[in-house]
Amino acid sequence: MRRREIHKPLEARKASPLIVSLSAVLLGIAAGCVFILCIGKNPFAGFERILFGALSNTRRIGNTLGMSTQLILIGLSVAFAFKTGLFNIGASGQMLIGGITGSILAYYLPLDMPRAIYLPIIIVASMAAGAVWGFIAGFLKAKFNVHEVVSTIMLNWTAYWLVYDFIPRFIIDPTISVKSRPIETIHTLRADWITGLTGFSTLNYGFFLAIIMCFAVWFILERTTLGFNLKAVGANRFCAEYAGIKVNRSIMVSMAIAGALASLAGLTYYCGYSNIMEMGKMPNEGFDGIAVALLGNCSPAGIFFSAIFFGILKMGRGSLAATGIPTEIADTIIATIIYFTATNVILASFWNGIFRSRFEKKEDAAKAAMRKQGDTSPIESLTKEKFKVYAKEGKALLRAEKEER
Amino acid sequence: MGFWNVLTTIIPSAIAYTIPILMGALGGLYSERSGVTNLCIEGLMLFGVFSAAAAIVKLQAIPGFSFVLAIVIGIAVAMAASTLLSLLHAFAAINLKANQVISGTAINMLSTAVTLFLAQTITGSGNITIVRGIIRNDVPLLSNIPVIGPLFFTSTYWTTWVCLFIWLASWFLLYKTSFGLRLRACGEHPSAVASAGVNVHRMRYIGVMASGLLSGLGGACILVTYAGEYNAGSGINGLGFLAIAALIFGQWKPLGILGSTFFFGLCMTIANMGKVFPVFQSIPTGYLGMFPYLATLIALVFSSRRSAAPLASGEPF
Repeated sequence: MRRREIHKPLEARKASPLIVSLSAVLLGIAAGCVFILCIGKNPFAGFERILFGALSNTRRIGNTLGMSTQLILIGLSVAFAFKTGLFNIGASGQMLIGGITGSILAYYLPLDMPRAIYLPIIIVASMAAGAVWGFIAGFLKAKFNVHEVVSTIMLNWTAYWLVYDFIPRFIIDPTISVKSRPIETIHTLRADWITGLTGFSTLNYGFFLAIIMCFAVWFILERTTLGFNLKAVGANRFCAEYAGIKVNRSIMVSMAIAGALASLAGLTYYCGYSNIMEMGKMPNEGFDGIAVALLGNCSPAGIFFSAIFFGILKMGRGSLAATGIPTEIADTIIATIIYFTATNVILASFWNGIFRSRFEKKEDAAKAAMRKQGDTSPIESLTKEKFKVYAKEGKALLRAEKEER
Repeated sequence: MGFWNVLTTIIPSAIAYTIPILMGALGGLYSERSGVTNLCIEGLMLFGVFSAAAAIVKLQAIPGFSFVLAIVIGIAVAMAASTLLSLLHAFAAINLKANQVISGTAINMLSTAVTLFLAQTITGSGNITIVRGIIRNDVPLLSNIPVIGPLFFTSTYWTTWVCLFIWLASWFLLYKTSFGLRLRACGEHPSAVASAGVNVHRMRYIGVMASGLLSGLGGACILVTYAGEYNAGSGINGLGFLAIAALIFGQWKPLGILGSTFFFGLCMTIANMGKVFPVFQSIPTGYLGMFPYLATLIALVFSSRRSAAPLASGEPF
C-alpha cells in the first residue's frame, strides 16, 4: 500500500531537547570556568585534569562507569516520578534504605550461598524496601495531599537517622566505630571478570542492572497501560481522572517504582561501589540524580548519556588536587546545569530565534528565485525539496544583486 | 531533676531553635503569598550561614575590632548575599516562567556547592568557625516576672527580639497596609490585581527578595546563636525544609507559623538535648534524631488535607 503523503506547511526548525540540553551543559561549563577564574586558577588545566582523572586508563574508565551506575538509576527514579508529575527529591533516603537492606543481608546470609541465588535475593529485597519507602511519600501525597518534596526530604532525614541507628546495631566494624564492616567481595555485586578486565576498578554488575532498568523504564512508560496511565496523570491529573484513571493509585505506584529504582542505586553504591556504609553521611548522589534526569530530558537514553557525563565530572574531580582547585567545582557545574535546564525556556527561545531568522532569510531568497523564474504559486504550497532548491538559487541571486550594487 | 528545671532548660533552647525556622518560614510566606513557590529556603539559609561566617571571621580577625559590630555586619552581609541569590530564583520563576520547583532545587544545590567551593578556598578544611557568637543576656525587668520571666526572658539572644519584631512588623505589613493586600492578592488572583493597575511582576520580585532577606537573617541567626560555625559536612540539616513544612502546618498565616515553628523548635531541642535529661537516656540517638522529621510528617498529615495554600502559588503570570 502506498502511504499518503501529508503536506506539512513549511516552517522554521524548533529547538530540540538535545540542543537545549547541550547548551545548558555548555553554559554550566562556562560558569565553572568563571568560578575557577575568580579564584585565580587556570580553567583549562582544571578541565584537563578532570578528563585525565576520569578517562586516562581502563581502571579510571571503569571507576567512572561505576559512579555513573548510581546516577543512571537515580536519574531513572527521578524521571519516572516526574512523568507522573511528582518530584522525587528523596532519592538520597531511598538509596540509604536500599543500601542498609543490602548490607544487612550481605552480613547475615551465609557466605557459601551460591551467587545465582544470593544476588537475586539482595536485589529483590532492597528494591522492595525502597519501594515501601517511596510508597510512603506517594501514600501521603495521595491520601493526605502532603507535598512530596517536603515529605521526601523528611523521609531522607528519617532514613539518615535510621541508618545511623542500624549500623552500630547490626553491621558495625569494631575497629572503626563509625563505619560498617566492609562486605566480603563474594557478597558484593562485583565480579572477578569485570574487576580483572578493568584493572581493579569499582565497576560491577550494577552497571548491567542499570542498563536493564533503562529498557524496563522505557518499556513501562511507552508500551504498557500502566505507563500510559502514569503519564496521563502527569500531563493533566483532572483530565486523567475524568478518563477513569485512578489518580491516587497511580501516584502511589509511581512513587513506589521510583523508590525501588533509587534503592537499587543504593544497593549498587553500598554493596558494589564502596562496600561500606558510614554513619552520619547523606549521599549526595540523590540530588545529582535530579540533574541527570533533567539534563536527559527524562528519557532513558538521555539519562544514560547524561549520567556518564556527570560520572566523568564526579570521578575526574579527584585529580584536581594538584591544580589547587577545590573539588566542589564539579558540584557547582552540576547545579548550574540544573538551573539552566530549569530555565530552558530562555535557551529554547534563543535557538528558536536563530532558526527563525535563518528560515526567514531562506524564504526571502526563495521568493526572489521564484520571481525570476516566474513561478507564481504561493510559497506555502512548495514541497521541502523544491523550497531548498529555490532557496539555494535565490541565495546566489541575492548575492549577485548585492555585488552589482 | 524536677519538671520545672527541665522546662527552664528546654524552653530557652527551643526559642533559640525556633527563631531561624521562623525567619525561613516567614520568608517563604512572603514569597508564596506573592505567588512564587519557594523551595530554596534551605539554600538561601545555608548561603546566609556561610556569608555571615565568612564576614564575621574576617572582621573578628582584625585586632581591636568590636565583636558585636562584627556580628551586626555579618548579619547584614548574610541578608544581602541571600537576597542576591534569591534574585536568581525570582528571575527564573517570574521572567522566564520556569518550573519553580526545579529552579528552587537548583538554587539549593547551587548554594551547597558554591558555599563549599568558597569555604574550601577560604579555610582549606571547609569548616568556618567564628571566634565568638552572641552572648546570652537577661532582659532587664521582664526577667524578674515569676514563671514567665525565667522561661522567656532569661538568657536570651538579642537577635531573638529583632526577629520577633520583624515577625510582628510583617504581620502588620501584610494584613494592615494596602501593600500587603496587593501582595497577598498577587498570590490568589494575579490577573485581578494586574487589572487594578498593580505591577504583578514587581510585587512577586518583592516577595521573593523578602524571602531571601529573611532566610539570610535566619541563617545568620543559626550561626551567631547556637551553631557557631559553617559546617561543610552537614550544612543546616534540612532546616529550610522544616521551615517550608512549618509554613504549610501554619496554613500560610503569620500567627500559624509562629506556633508551628515553635513546635518544630521544641522537637529540635528534644532531639539535640536528649542526652542531658535522664528521661531520654534510654532512647538511642538515632531515634531521637529522627524525631523532629517524623513529627513534621505527622503534622503535615493533619494539616495538608485542608490546604490553605495561595491559589496562584507556583503559577507563572
